[in-house]
Amino acid sequence: MGYEFDFSFLWNYGPLIVEGLLGTLIISTVATAIGMVIGVGGAAMRLYAGHFLSSLVGFYVEIVRNTPFLVQLFLFYFGLPLVGLRLDANTSAVVAMAFNVGAYSIEIIRAGLVSIPQGQIEAGAALGLSGYQIFRDVMLLPALRGVYPSLTSQFILVMLTSSVVSVVSATDLTAAANDIASLTFHSFEIYVVITLIYLLMTMVFVLLFDVIERHLFRFAH
Amino acid sequence: MRTLVAHDVAFILLAVRWTLLLSAFAFIGGGVVGSAVALARTSNVRFLRKASSAFIVFFQGTPLLMQLFLAFFGLAIFGFEVSASVAAAVALTLNTAAFLGEIWRGSIESLPKGQWEAARTLGLGYVTTMRRVIVPQAMHIALPPTIGFLVQLIKGTSLVSIIGFVELTRAGQIINNATFEPFKVFGIVAITYFVLCWPLSYWGARMEKGLAVSMGRPVAGM
Repeated sequence: MGYEFDFSFLWNYGPLIVEGLLGTLIISTVATAIGMVIGVGGAAMRLYAGHFLSSLVGFYVEIVRNTPFLVQLFLFYFGLPLVGLRLDANTSAVVAMAFNVGAYSIEIIRAGLVSIPQGQIEAGAALGLSGYQIFRDVMLLPALRGVYPSLTSQFILVMLTSSVVSVVSATDLTAAANDIASLTFHSFEIYVVITLIYLLMTMVFVLLFDVIERHLFRFAH
Repeated sequence: MRTLVAHDVAFILLAVRWTLLLSAFAFIGGGVVGSAVALARTSNVRFLRKASSAFIVFFQGTPLLMQLFLAFFGLAIFGFEVSASVAAAVALTLNTAAFLGEIWRGSIESLPKGQWEAARTLGLGYVTTMRRVIVPQAMHIALPPTIGFLVQLIKGTSLVSIIGFVELTRAGQIINNATFEPFKVFGIVAITYFVLCWPLSYWGARMEKGLAVSMGRPVAGM
């Protein structure tokens, strides 16, 4: 025993931590945004496209959900340059995360779409809305409202999972922790601090999504 | 740089035993601790509820990778001789306990209050009520999400490769560093995980569907 805890070194590394924090936020936000696009397109294909496309989307979803994100990240990070795509670490991290989140988003949005009552869709058709209008206004938007809690908790999960991208030297909060640990040798202290920052971010986002929900869906209450 | 040979493939495939061992250890250990967490979360004692709630918030609100680092560096500071395997087992067990505890709490609380009241009217104590009335019914509801979490756990063990524990993913990294054939190497690794996880996912989803039917809930198209 007799270990002296020392947190004073932290002040020197404030900018590094802030940079990592922004990296984590940017990577998670961009990946989630792309994942949402994949999610809407994929869910629509899974439900309404022909057998081949629908099965293809189902295959993608099952592959992603039954393999670890870390292995997917390695495939993208080491594999993309071999097929001629040279991306920096942050970009390959975002691509791998979007590929991963996309599959989960498809499942969430599909669940929302199938929960829309058939009568609501028929009512849209009876009012003379076009197929696209029915999909967007009668099905997709109410479906997204229904699965809002799943989508927001998925964002938090993405943010926590993104700590793994530090392994391929992307710039994020965990990478900042690793850098500071190797510079100061105060590994335990820095990991305690960074862990608490993640916890704080989780709590802030839970609150934020709650406030957004109340404003966004005011009309439904 | 050398080419990928049969020996390398065998090395990767054999490493799966460490993935399985670690998953089994964390699942059993986490199940035991998780039961205590679920009981504490649903108890009448305020302190137990608060403490177990804080435990769950911490493990669900921080990255698993950070939990692994904290176990790795933290145990060393408190004077324990730690290897990557011990840190991995400790962190994964506690993480599993938090998730299973929360799943099982939900299952216990989803039962109608009348079950408790009927048991009390019959003069049953807490232990008997739990053992004979609540748990048998809650288990039925808890099984699909518990299997779903087991899939998460198996995938989660890949992170212990980062602290140097040689399991499936780390074995793949080692071979990839020597051969640099990422598509083949991580393809084999990914397929191995898929073979472990997909049957569980499928089984869990089927059971969930059956449960929804038996409880009269609407079933989304599979």
